[in-house]
Amino acid sequence: MKQVFSRPQSLSKKPFHYCPGCDHGVVHRLIAEVIDELEIKDRTIGVAPVGCSVFAYDYFDVDFNQAPHGRAPAVATGIKRVRPESIVFTYQGDGDLAAIGTAEIIHSANRGENITVVFINNAIYGMTGGQMAPTTLIGMKTQTSPYGRDASTAGNPIRMSEMIATLESPVYVTRVTVNNPANLMKTKKALYNAFKLQKEGKGFSFVEVVSICPTNWGKKPADSHKWLTENMLPVFKLGTFKDIHGVEKS
Amino acid sequence: MSKWVINENLCKGCGICISRCPLKILAFADHLTAKGVHPAAITDEAKCTSCAICARSCPDVAIEIFKEEK
Repeated sequence: MKQVFSRPQSLSKKPFHYCPGCDHGVVHRLIAEVIDELEIKDRTIGVAPVGCSVFAYDYFDVDFNQAPHGRAPAVATGIKRVRPESIVFTYQGDGDLAAIGTAEIIHSANRGENITVVFINNAIYGMTGGQMAPTTLIGMKTQTSPYGRDASTAGNPIRMSEMIATLESPVYVTRVTVNNPANLMKTKKALYNAFKLQKEGKGFSFVEVVSICPTNWGKKPADSHKWLTENMLPVFKLGTFKDIHGVEKS
Repeated sequence: MSKWVINENLCKGCGICISRCPLKILAFADHLTAKGVHPAAITDEAKCTSCAICARSCPDVAIEIFKEEK
């Protein structure tokens, strides 16, 4: 018998604390697989956010830091500038990156820092109990929008990938999801491209992963992926918004 | 040796592997684990092709897949 699937080396043995079905675990594993494949485990430094994935430092068997809320790209900038040989990535949710950390992400992207940002967008604040996020869909019920999000008072969902793609400096901006096995493999390819570009010193790469939050959406995990496909993907369209070096074609 | 190996201490019973198995040979087990969930189990291992879609979909990396060598 030959082993065809096993836990990647860059993932620690610690069980995830995430809710049953949460996409964080899948994305963690894909990042760990990419780190293994690119053979960068010894020089990778991650930056954990505030949010459900705040404990990401326990789950990756690489060096890690944990930034104040939303400031992960700023901390990553500092790490990369003093240790330019290291591979630095941040792992942030939508409450972290698209709300309190909007300034940090926009300016890190605009400076073209040679870091990789993994953005998990599930349209809700997870850890704090399901409040409305900037990415919450119109009409979506949350703890702080019990009648559904109303555009006249709360605005429309922010599309971070499109916004970042308008800047000159980023080299790779893409939106992917893990709602089925085919898209899951595309997500892995996108993460591989992003880390490879950084390894080659090309510049800022941004991977948005449209994800689920079964607990705060009040749905079963499999139903959540269906809901994501029907409701989130029309608003957050999948695709690559910027690919200056043409890595997806090569 | 088994083709499909689950670490029941990691399984949270979310059922994503069960919903994605192309051959529909996964189901919840009858027993409960220490976490208090019914873990995923394989019903007909002879049919398993070791495609690893269940393992790749598992958010808790609880499944390991082996393939017979020809």
